[in-house]
Amino acid sequence: MSASIINLVYIVAAVLFIFGLKMLGRAGTARRGNLLSALGMFLAVVATLVNKQIVTFEWIIIGGVIGAAIGAVAAYRVKMTSMPEMVAMFNGFGGLASLLVGWSEYHRGAGIGEISSFTMLVTMLAVLIGGITFTGSLIAYGKLSEKISGKPLQFAGQKPLNAVLLLISLACVITASMRPEDPATYGILLVGILVSLILGVLAVMPIGGADMPVVISLLNSYSGLAACAAGFVIMNNVLIVAGCLVGASGIILTQIMCKAMNRSLINVLFSGFGASSGSSGGGGPQGEANPITADDAYYILEAARSVVIVPGYGMAVAQAQHAVRELGELLEKNGCEVRYAIHPVAGRMPGHMNVLLAEANVPYEQLVEPQDVNPMMSTVDVAMVIGANDVVNPAAREDSSSPIYGMPIINVDQARTVFVLKRSLAAGFAQVENPLFFLDNTRMLFGDAKATVSSLVAQFKEE
Amino acid sequence: MATLLLFVFVLAIFLGFELISKVPSQLHTPLMSGSNAISGITIVAAIIAAGVDDGHLMTTVLGTLAMIVATINVVGGYLVTDRMLGMFKKKDGGKS
Repeated sequence: MSASIINLVYIVAAVLFIFGLKMLGRAGTARRGNLLSALGMFLAVVATLVNKQIVTFEWIIIGGVIGAAIGAVAAYRVKMTSMPEMVAMFNGFGGLASLLVGWSEYHRGAGIGEISSFTMLVTMLAVLIGGITFTGSLIAYGKLSEKISGKPLQFAGQKPLNAVLLLISLACVITASMRPEDPATYGILLVGILVSLILGVLAVMPIGGADMPVVISLLNSYSGLAACAAGFVIMNNVLIVAGCLVGASGIILTQIMCKAMNRSLINVLFSGFGASSGSSGGGGPQGEANPITADDAYYILEAARSVVIVPGYGMAVAQAQHAVRELGELLEKNGCEVRYAIHPVAGRMPGHMNVLLAEANVPYEQLVEPQDVNPMMSTVDVAMVIGANDVVNPAAREDSSSPIYGMPIINVDQARTVFVLKRSLAAGFAQVENPLFFLDNTRMLFGDAKATVSSLVAQFKEE
Repeated sequence: MATLLLFVFVLAIFLGFELISKVPSQLHTPLMSGSNAISGITIVAAIIAAGVDDGHLMTTVLGTLAMIVATINVVGGYLVTDRMLGMFKKKDGGKS
């Protein structure tokens, strides 16, 4: 098929990506948007297959079948609680694909003796960004699935080492693009690959588990930029447009996450937040926590007219979302207004809690954002905090010496009664003490969140 | 050609920011996994790398590997996004 028709199909694919992303941004159209974008991808693949350059199909088919099988099985088998690490993993594969494509294109270009400075420059960028995305995502995957410690890992001289590695990779980019035809350039390319893989590991290791929403968003953006660079390598518009769209969406999500924690991106990436446990906080909160049994909690809930549920990562760990939905329905039947207040950084990736509650069939009209629920918090009878900690810590509002001071929180402490479902009094992921637990209107429900909620459900049903 | 591509690049970045700036937080995860699937567009470059015959074994080997990982990214990304979005329901709509 002629090149111009192929290019027209690429334009159609790019338009479908644009409409698809736009529709993904609204709840009613999101699913169709994703289908449109998939259709765009399908068209782009078909148009590429009829390209005259393509002469052998067996490796395309073998690679495609293997990849599709792995991708489909992973997509259907993943549990909703494991979604953050799954997204991190797919992201890493996207980055690896750009690295491999850049590497392979170098062989092709060098083989026919046609490799310009510009091509070499973008090849190096595709390889470097792809490499950082790949290993960075692997480490993020390890931290999210708790295969490696979620704690920030720092060692002396880490920052200077990162800086040196970054300089080496930049030097590789510059020297390679200045002498693209030189056979020694291949060595530089390989050094660049190695350095980028190490950089990806070192860049994500020092970042704590609670900051993972920021990291995944940023890596998402990188995978788009890597695809974009690969687009420059093969001079292909659809890669550039699609890569840019992903790059921009990743940056926007990163900004939203940073704002929700009141921290700058620089601070998230380099501070090793939570590495220095215990030393922070204004002398620690005073007083004693008031524990309560599930029986007593039931009587308070039964009389409540308005309940706000605040879920956090602990709900995901305890797999309590179905029990929580059941409790919410029973409360509603009892004439109580039930809302779920979702903090943007609750959980381990942007929107994590929304996905879990949707899986448990909580209608999304009941999900509210902090700025909408905070003004009416004083009229709420019971705020139930399930496995959340830092996002409800009043120190963020009141204690200017707290490391999370200034972070927008859900003001559950202003509700008439606060239930906190928690395993123990230990500090959250950010390792900051929470004075909420010691307030007069707070009652602690110690134990496994799922067991606690289930026993509340059982009491409502008995009646 | 390179300048034209740079032009497209800059416009597409602006377009991306315009498109996505106002997304409700409940859609953050599907947006991320959906856009992640789009970043699998590298599959186009992988097809070319795996399918050209330039007499270099390395081109084919690396191209085939790229094909595998890019396809995982595309197929897995779209399916998992669809699965997630299928769970977002209005109060009385849909079956369960």
